[in-house]
Amino acid sequence: MGNITNPGVMIGVPGFGRAAEGPEKEAPESVMKISVNKLDFYYGVRQVLFDISLQVQEGRITALIGPSGCGKSTFLRTLNRMHETVRAARAEGEVLLDGRNIFEMDLVNLRRRVGMVFQKSNPFPKSIYENVAYGLKVNGMTRRGLIEEVVEKSLRRAALWDEVKDQLHKSAYALSGGQQQRLCIARALAIDPEVLLLDEPCSALDPIATAKIEELLFALEGTCTIVIVTHNMQQAARVADHTGFFLLGKLIEFNKTDIIFKNPAKKETEDYITGRFG
Amino acid sequence: MKSRLAWRKFVNAFMLTLTGLCALVSVSVLLVVLGYLGWNGWQYLTWTFLTHLPAPVGETGGGMANAIVGSGTLLLIAALTGIPTGLLGGIYLAEFGGKTFTFLVRYTADLLNGVPSIVMGIFAYTLVVLPMHHFSAWAGGLALGVMLIPIVLRSTEDFLRAVPMPLREGALALGASKWKAIATVVIPASIRAIATGALLGLARVAGETAPLLFTSFNNQFWSHGLNQPTASLPVMIYVYATGPYADWHRQAWAAGFILLMLVLVANIGARLILSRSSPVLRG
Repeated sequence: MGNITNPGVMIGVPGFGRAAEGPEKEAPESVMKISVNKLDFYYGVRQVLFDISLQVQEGRITALIGPSGCGKSTFLRTLNRMHETVRAARAEGEVLLDGRNIFEMDLVNLRRRVGMVFQKSNPFPKSIYENVAYGLKVNGMTRRGLIEEVVEKSLRRAALWDEVKDQLHKSAYALSGGQQQRLCIARALAIDPEVLLLDEPCSALDPIATAKIEELLFALEGTCTIVIVTHNMQQAARVADHTGFFLLGKLIEFNKTDIIFKNPAKKETEDYITGRFG
Repeated sequence: MKSRLAWRKFVNAFMLTLTGLCALVSVSVLLVVLGYLGWNGWQYLTWTFLTHLPAPVGETGGGMANAIVGSGTLLLIAALTGIPTGLLGGIYLAEFGGKTFTFLVRYTADLLNGVPSIVMGIFAYTLVVLPMHHFSAWAGGLALGVMLIPIVLRSTEDFLRAVPMPLREGALALGASKWKAIATVVIPASIRAIATGALLGLARVAGETAPLLFTSFNNQFWSHGLNQPTASLPVMIYVYATGPYADWHRQAWAAGFILLMLVLVANIGARLILSRSSPVLRG
């Protein structure tokens, strides 16, 4: 174990040491982090996603919008195979992460690389510190000094450090809703995922807390590929480089955010963003 | 119209009185039993009772020290066999089980919970006493342990199911394996509730007499080792209360009081543990 000082090697998380090299500001335009090809999704016999194909660019923010029940959350959950916790859920098709099919990957390894933040904040009933350290510990990091370092760094990246630095060992449940959600983001960032999936992370938050999370997404751009599902079209317009519009299980349109909001190609997209149905 | 309204008012008042009365009866029966047992038991409880062996038949005095220790031994064996089995089984049911098998196990556990305790005694008698050719603490403890399994199993399952799904998903999303998520997030979130269920189950089987009558049997002396017949409080109460001597009756009261205290302490302990439980389960 000559490499024990390199945290990336030690806990076996690919790209763990990446952030230490300093954030890269611009990812090359052409690098595709995730490629989805002809994805169909079923709950039992009911098909909920039809023939979805899209590309997620590395280091950029991709937003998925659409009315409730259109399948955007289901789609997001297939990207780290979280759908497998639901019995009778079945995905068919191809999802490539850096060119490798995720359905053939080791599940634990995939989820280390593709982190997730849920709609409702779900901190563990542990201290703030333990929440952030959890991912490090389950992935085998044992050195206390190193864990403390990463916990601080992650809380700083999630813009929560200044608010909680004096109460790291208090219960995470003592935090406000917005703080809890940022804690969950810090928890996900601690294992330095290459991709971060966010499932309507602001739906339970007030505008101030929402603004903080959006700032946070901007700060992460470049170091982390982000896919965010949102109900809030203004949010998608504000944060995303690319936007996909889902309707009834189909991806109606996928393009640069500017184009989707200013000059959509499809009538359904235009109707939705101008509020003409829903 | 007027008479209809009067009738409805009457029915309302009548049902209110009836339900209130029944509630009062239930509570007063309980209070009378507890009070009577407490009064008599406390009166006859002496230091000698706690520290001495039973007196030879015909003599007064003596105590039930061997039965107190015996009950402790039996409960320990029951806890060591019943709690881990029920706990791990409950984890399987809540977290891993397939539909059919889970249904089968849960149904069987509920059935087992309703089996008369004397049948558990026969079970342990056939399984342990007959092959060993003598009564033993093992047999009694095992009978109680088997009774404990469905109680712990079902309470563990229920409390684990009460842990919200997003908590599990949060752990899985961080690269935890399923077992790791269960062991480090789901179980810690519900451990106090699970411990409470086990404690209350233990308190319930502590008072069982029927399964002990022909398994651990009884013993007037200290039992040397787990392979010997062992005295226990419920069996002692049974023997002493039905015996012909006034002194035995007094001792039975005292033994009953000790058992009552045991159940009371377990209940209070359980409440204390639960009230300090994690906010996840308290909602």
